Amino acid sequence: MIIKVLGSGCPNCKTLERRAMQAVEELNVRAEIAEVRDFKEIASYGVMHTPGLVINEKVVSAGHVPKVEEIKSLIMQNMETA
Amino acid sequence: MLKSKSRWQALGFVAGLLALYWFLQPFVDLILSLFPLENGSRLADAVRFFVFEAPKVLLLLAIVVFVVGIVRSYFSPERTRRLLANRSSLVGNFMGSTLGIVTPFCSCSAVPLFIGFVEAGVPLGATFSFLIAAPMINEVAAVLLLGLFGWETTLLYISTGLSIAILAGFIIGKLRLERYVEEWVYSAKGPVSVPESRMDFDGRIHYAFVAVRDIVGKVWPYVVAGIAVGAGIHGYVPGDFMSGIMGKSAWWAVPVSVVIGVPLYSNAAGIIPIMQALLEKGVSLGTALAFMMSVIGLSFPETIILRKVLKLRLIAVFVGVVAAGIMTVGYLFNFIY
Repeated sequence: MIIKVLGSGCPNCKTLERRAMQAVEELNVRAEIAEVRDFKEIASYGVMHTPGLVINEKVVSAGHVPKVEEIKSLIMQNMETA
Repeated sequence: MLKSKSRWQALGFVAGLLALYWFLQPFVDLILSLFPLENGSRLADAVRFFVFEAPKVLLLLAIVVFVVGIVRSYFSPERTRRLLANRSSLVGNFMGSTLGIVTPFCSCSAVPLFIGFVEAGVPLGATFSFLIAAPMINEVAAVLLLGLFGWETTLLYISTGLSIAILAGFIIGKLRLERYVEEWVYSAKGPVSVPESRMDFDGRIHYAFVAVRDIVGKVWPYVVAGIAVGAGIHGYVPGDFMSGIMGKSAWWAVPVSVVIGVPLYSNAAGIIPIMQALLEKGVSLGTALAFMMSVIGLSFPETIILRKVLKLRLIAVFVGVVAAGIMTVGYLFNFIY
């Protein structure tokens, strides 16, 4: 599973990355977390409001920082599509 | 009517803050009377200014950020983009500016937002109206102006800010500068549908509480520091000290304020309390407004980020048109008052 955090390095993006890591750890799933800073790439996901969260190439949240629990359930929901 | 717990909490929160605001003056007077401060001394003036203004502005800030948070929860960049797509000029500029005030915006996502707007067919002029209004007219600045100057100045600030955003966007649209947008922006194609979270009213209240926590949590040190400096000026700088340097008669004061203000990167929270103190000492209102608007409306870091999608020429036009607008406002108010 590949999880991407879209953001230009703003404080919220850092928080999201930390929470995503925590969620992955707590769920004990195998996932790779990547940070996407390139604006072209961010734009290619159609995200206008950073930070964005992408799981297996699907945008699951944008413009806010979901809580760890929310990220966990987003991961569960989007697991099978891998 | 109000059924759920969170609605009562929200109501209680706002009512509680309003009550605190109401009783602040007698409370502060009581506290101050306990200290041996000589009435009319410089120190007493400065302390009184600080002890009263700091909590007052922070309270107002919490109330307004909460209310603005509820309003903002009804808007998202996606929704704003749909509303603006393919609008004719002037209507687009007007809507872009007004939506710039209510749409949640952070200058760190100015670039993805710009790309998203352009892709969806929002005209360049309307996009700029949005990008100018969003940082320039902000709730923190409005609150500070309301708390320290009164509602007339606040209205002046909002209406002149809107006018600058509308006119500047209109001019940029008319100049047909599309070719100065980096080419890849137009070829960037992405799935334009991002899940939009539906929120119920409890969700909006939660969103507003988070906004209060985030924004007030972030700006309070600046507010306090700004008011402390303001208090110092209030107590110690002689009246009319500044009128020779930055008063009405000095024609060059407005452009100089803008030139100093643009590279200064500060938030409204720190700059306005200082501005108020300076006004008391003879700086004219137009000059002070121009200074404030150039500090918060045109920020150097944002311009640098925008370079990723705009060619230098367009950035120069953007900064030039907005700076000209701000100066016009400055001269206008120096002339009226």
